[in-house]
Amino acid sequence: MQVGDTVRNGVCEIEVTIKNAAGLHMRPAMQFVDIANQFQSAVSVSNGQTIADGKSIMQMSMLAATCGMKLKITADGPDSSEVVEKLRELVEVKKFGEPTPEEAKGQF
Amino acid sequence: MEIKKGVAVSPGISIGKCLVIDAEDYRIPRRAIHLTQRLTETQRVRNAFKDATEELEKLRSEQKELKVRDIFAVHLSFLKDRSLRKKITDMVQDEAVTAEYAVSKTLRDIASHFAREKDIYIRERAADIYDIERRVLKYLVGGMRQDIRELTEEVVIVARELSPTQTASFNKDYVKGLATGAGGRTSHTAIVARSLGIPAVVALEDITESVTAGDTVIIDGNRGIVIISPDDATIQQYLEYAVEFAEMEHRLDAIKEKPAETRDGVKVSLYGNIEFPDEAELVLKRGGEGIGLYRTEFLFLNRDTEPTEQEHYEAYARTVGFFKSKQVTIRTVDLGADKYTQSRRYIREPNPFLGLRSIRYCLQNLTMFKTQLHAILRASVLGQVKVMFPLITNLQELMQAKMIFGDVMEDLDDEGIRYNKNIEVGIMIETPAAALTASMLARDVKFFSIGTNDLTQYTLAVDRGNELVSTLYSSVDPAVLRLIRTVIQDAYKARVDVTVCGEMASEPEQVMLLLGLGIRKLSIASPMIPEIKQIVRSVTIEECNSVARKVLSMNSERQISSFLRDSARKILPEAF
Repeated sequence: MQVGDTVRNGVCEIEVTIKNAAGLHMRPAMQFVDIANQFQSAVSVSNGQTIADGKSIMQMSMLAATCGMKLKITADGPDSSEVVEKLRELVEVKKFGEPTPEEAKGQF
Repeated sequence: MEIKKGVAVSPGISIGKCLVIDAEDYRIPRRAIHLTQRLTETQRVRNAFKDATEELEKLRSEQKELKVRDIFAVHLSFLKDRSLRKKITDMVQDEAVTAEYAVSKTLRDIASHFAREKDIYIRERAADIYDIERRVLKYLVGGMRQDIRELTEEVVIVARELSPTQTASFNKDYVKGLATGAGGRTSHTAIVARSLGIPAVVALEDITESVTAGDTVIIDGNRGIVIISPDDATIQQYLEYAVEFAEMEHRLDAIKEKPAETRDGVKVSLYGNIEFPDEAELVLKRGGEGIGLYRTEFLFLNRDTEPTEQEHYEAYARTVGFFKSKQVTIRTVDLGADKYTQSRRYIREPNPFLGLRSIRYCLQNLTMFKTQLHAILRASVLGQVKVMFPLITNLQELMQAKMIFGDVMEDLDDEGIRYNKNIEVGIMIETPAAALTASMLARDVKFFSIGTNDLTQYTLAVDRGNELVSTLYSSVDPAVLRLIRTVIQDAYKARVDVTVCGEMASEPEQVMLLLGLGIRKLSIASPMIPEIKQIVRSVTIEECNSVARKVLSMNSERQISSFLRDSARKILPEAF
């Protein structure tokens, strides 16, 4: 857990930033919901305007999150802190296994 | 109550609850359902998702390309998305609409959401969503559709257009009538309806948008009318019509055992046209003397792969088995200019009807052609089988086809398989080229069969399905009649048999003319056999000759049509 993350009554909430160049397109959205679906907690993701069910690829992909956009992930349930941590790792550390804008430039 | 006027293509009257079928590649109209059907429709959504998921999982496991596997994985993820399915089933529940509409609307809304985004990566997702839509819809409206195959009560079918795949999957005991928005007299729907002996009306335009599944619908295949949700008085009136019509049918049935002979004792042979083996029995029931045209394309239609030799053989053996010593004329595959061949081409032909179709297609796909000929020869020992090549345009084509037939016979000799070495070979005359060179072609065949539909289309250069020019299409146009006369005269001179197997032979008004031109063999849709026999039995050849003489002296199609109508009306008033 980092400073700024909140935990109360099994609810865990964090903010992440999309770092990969292509943003939350189909395949990343799938990776996201695949992880969320491995946990019991309900997961919701907000881009400030819309709230999506973190377990639904339809809703997640419709968030249309692009590189640099901040998302708030909220998990509610017995394993909420684990799922939130896994999702943060996916978005910010593994970056969905995709290049950042700088890395992407280097490829061309 | 709403009355729609279309084109009557198969006679009879039927009243029943309707089943509506949408077209996969066409915009699905919003269609309301009765509240009691919501559960069934919800279940159809679930089943379609389940079937699509299974198909995709199989495709994914067979796919070696990693990128494609990834795409399939994403699509699978959508198919398994509960919240997506819920959105669709909620729509069925809340708005009482069909499963196909809810699926299509929901997914298209999502796709257009993506299409509006600025980011290019996101915009491209729309294509994925359309792909998912198509995959799910395939299970809801395609030929695989469960509820057509598993009907448990009598229905009439309303569709925009019926594909051969769809009609081939009908449970024929329960389908009592057909009504389509598209189509013409020679459309697939028309041919199937006539062969099954059920009423059909086509060219009803937006009919699928005017009905709700489960509505009561009257299909009047005599007058070309469809009535949606008729009131009680109309139903009553139609029940009476139906009885009258059945009585007339019954009278015609009574002549089944009587010979097709003119009043002055000239014998005419009436054969049936069939497409599916199970229609064979109907031909016998209606008094047909055999099969004059056995279309074999159905073997290719319900599937993605070519039929095996054994599959060909089993179909032919079944049909020939019904007829034993009576003739069964098998036409080799008349593919091309259809979905089966066109979808297999990298580049679609710009003008498929003048393209690689029929015998031309066979001569370029020799393995397929030989497979069929092998099966026909094998079936030839079971009865009186003849073989007929379609769409011949010149002697070289005929010689080439015959040479290949000879090669296949040698193959059977080598394999030690028995076949009828004297099997008769004939050709269809359906192009002006073949008609004009009939005297040359006659030396190398045992029989001609005049296919009047294609002959008319090619002679007059008119696509009958194109409503802008369809009024120009007429088999009694002076140009077409002159070609037919030439073929008959040349056939007589060369002593080869000549049959008419096109629509013309089943037009009551045109039968006298054909007899007068010298035709003694007609091959027609089985439900028409009693009516045509009745006409034959009511005329003398002398009368027919005089009709033909008069017609050949006339110079306009309109004059000929009305003269033929008047002549026929005098002989068989109740049919007109």
